[in-house]
Amino acid sequence: MRPSRFAPALLLSAGLAALGLTASFSASAVDNTPPLPDPQLQQRYFELTHELRCMQCQNEALADSPVSLAADLRLQVRELLLAGQSDDQIRDHMVARYGEFILFRPRMSARNAWLWGAPPVLMLIGLVVAWRVVRTRRRLVGGDDDGGDADDADDGGSPGP
Amino acid sequence: MVIELGHYALILALLLAAAQAFFGLAGPVLRRERWLAAVPSAACGQFVFTALAVAVLVHAFIVNDFSVRYVAENSNSALPLFYRVTALWGAHEGSMLLWILVLALWTMAVVASMRRLPVEFAARALGVLGVISFGFLLFTLATSNPFARLNPAAPDGNDLNPVLQDPAFAIHPPILYMGYVGFSVGFAFACAAMLEGRRDQLWARWMRPWTVMAWAFLSCGIALGSWWAYYELGWGGFWFWDPVENASFMPWLIGTALIHSLAVTEKRGLFKSWTLLLAVTAFSLSLLGTFLVRSGVLVSVHSFAADPSRGIFILAFLVVMIGGALLLYAWRAPRMKSAAGFDLMSRESFLLFNNILLTIAAAVVFGGTLAPLIADTLGLGTLSVGPPYFNPSFLVPMLPLLALVPLGMHARWKRGGLGEAGRPLLIALAVAAVLALALAFGVYAHPLTLTPIGATLGIWIMFAALIDPLSRWRRRLPLPAGVLGMSIAHLGLGVFVLGITFVQSNTIERDIALKPGESAQIGSYTFRYLGGEDIEGPNYEGFRGTVGISRGGRAVTVLHPEKRRYWVQGTVQTTAAIAPGLNRDLLAALGEDVGAGAWSLRFQYRPLIRLIWLGALIMAIGGVTAVLGWRQRGLAPSDASTAIAPGGPLGAATGSPAGSRGGVS
Repeated sequence: MRPSRFAPALLLSAGLAALGLTASFSASAVDNTPPLPDPQLQQRYFELTHELRCMQCQNEALADSPVSLAADLRLQVRELLLAGQSDDQIRDHMVARYGEFILFRPRMSARNAWLWGAPPVLMLIGLVVAWRVVRTRRRLVGGDDDGGDADDADDGGSPGP
Repeated sequence: MVIELGHYALILALLLAAAQAFFGLAGPVLRRERWLAAVPSAACGQFVFTALAVAVLVHAFIVNDFSVRYVAENSNSALPLFYRVTALWGAHEGSMLLWILVLALWTMAVVASMRRLPVEFAARALGVLGVISFGFLLFTLATSNPFARLNPAAPDGNDLNPVLQDPAFAIHPPILYMGYVGFSVGFAFACAAMLEGRRDQLWARWMRPWTVMAWAFLSCGIALGSWWAYYELGWGGFWFWDPVENASFMPWLIGTALIHSLAVTEKRGLFKSWTLLLAVTAFSLSLLGTFLVRSGVLVSVHSFAADPSRGIFILAFLVVMIGGALLLYAWRAPRMKSAAGFDLMSRESFLLFNNILLTIAAAVVFGGTLAPLIADTLGLGTLSVGPPYFNPSFLVPMLPLLALVPLGMHARWKRGGLGEAGRPLLIALAVAAVLALALAFGVYAHPLTLTPIGATLGIWIMFAALIDPLSRWRRRLPLPAGVLGMSIAHLGLGVFVLGITFVQSNTIERDIALKPGESAQIGSYTFRYLGGEDIEGPNYEGFRGTVGISRGGRAVTVLHPEKRRYWVQGTVQTTAAIAPGLNRDLLAALGEDVGAGAWSLRFQYRPLIRLIWLGALIMAIGGVTAVLGWRQRGLAPSDASTAIAPGGPLGAATGSPAGSRGGVS
């Protein structure tokens, strides 16, 4: 392999990969960790390694990362599972070492309240807006001031009269 | 020398874009007819010189001119010719050039159909397109010049990133950009309407086909990207909620809201200012996506600081474009009032709910995508947001939306009610529920809680989409293009929902190390590793495994997953082998040589995954059907400038003035 004279530029262009293209440019990995004895443990292992992220990649779960650090972490997860730790204990263990960055599922903490709270709060706001608009418009139904009724024949609508 | 010509052509394109913007925006204000007449000429010139610049760069790739930095970084003399051409959009500079070319194509399409628009409106719209084009050309020339030379020239190039050496990569970016950039036309029309201070809703009729067309392209582009990631990235995922994916998905969500809201605005003159806001937002999100991806802020806030010139430029451009459009909106939108009314169960109501829910969905994706950035900037520590957040959060607005689709499709305008469609809808729901339960518990066992719900919704939407066309066909009533397109698109949505439900519920994946002759059980399929051999390709070497798959003792297929090492960059690339099928995909990928002849392997079974892309494709076909139909029945230019005549022979018949000739199709 000739040493690449474009390495920095290449890294940059890989980082800024063509728009809408790719999760990350690293090749995918297949997990070499030996399977756990118990199918239930294996299932938990599967879920945990998809919920913890690779610390060196752009957007990959531990399970999919080819990086050696990720392989180490997978082994750690396996050992912690075998040691009888719960999912939460394993998450705590990882966060204590690597920070919350390692969790693909942000914690439901006060600090992340805005993130987890966003969908229900937005739904509430949406409901209020919908209710107000419909209430206003219902009062106007009587008037024929809108340039005539739209013609059902064009844009769908029930085929009836 | 040729390279300098390309560079020069790009500079000329920049100047012509400036002329297009100036004459287009100043002409109508100062009432100079000759200025107005200059606008389409400037636009054509801009297109010609942009195309010339692109042609020069493609030529440099073809002849392996490694004195051009961009070519040296992204190509190699051993690279097959086909990929030397597609390497044009293999990295940042060329992607920007493609962006500009696509914008020029859309601009040409507007020019080609502008005789159907009032002269001043067309000039203003082209002027706005000119401003966008000018910004991107300036950005490219100032910070990301693809024609920059390398002195001394490199002996050979650094090769195209191996994951991009794929046929899908040849069509994915151009189609995605056609969608992304296509929203610029809606944006330009919205700005033109606001600049003119129009009170009518004719602009909505003009804008509609363009937006639907861009939306269809974007649907296709996103689906292609997902399909490409599925088989090329090699681990069988089809959507990662990656920031780059989200950057294209947010404009799609808002664009979907926009095409629905345009229907209300065009037909009933309602939601005018909201529709304008959506048109501005859809394109703003496209710009924002470009900014997020291009500036590198999403990789890390720190990488933004490392190369700030690009990021700051796009940010400034973003502020000018979006800020300008929003100021214009704040100034003009209050004029656009409508006194039309509608009842709770009317089509208008359902489209309102559609818009609210899609906007919420886009906001959720937006928040999740930017959360790491926000947390980092505010000093709240680092944070990752991945599928475990997006999947449930996205369903919060999406499930109600899907449940409303069959009703909304059949609700009548204004006074509302389902009319004669009520009974068939109810029957369809019952049949859908029975089928869904049979699928969830019978065909595919072990359902999740949401499986029967998702399946019911998917099947119900598919049935509901058929009610209208079938009933018209039975009564020998004509089927207008709008109805046909809408039915097809919603059918595609149902197919998509059905597919994603079972992929999410019943996928089986397993990583396992096997020696030749050993096998693993994946659901009802037996995957047997039969060994492998070393291989050599034009610019790589690798290993090719053989995996035999059988079911109940009967051979199903043989797969050949590969692992390649590309010589130039030394990159290792896994190429998964997939046995596709409408009912299921079987996938095998190679991991590593774990010694003693054994390899680690990844096996997957994914039911109905093809329906995801098929659904997206059907949606896009629905959009194109509507546009082509509208175009065929297009109004003459004189009609386009008169008021809407709802009762006329063409009625509210969406006589699309803006059919797209030339570059669009």
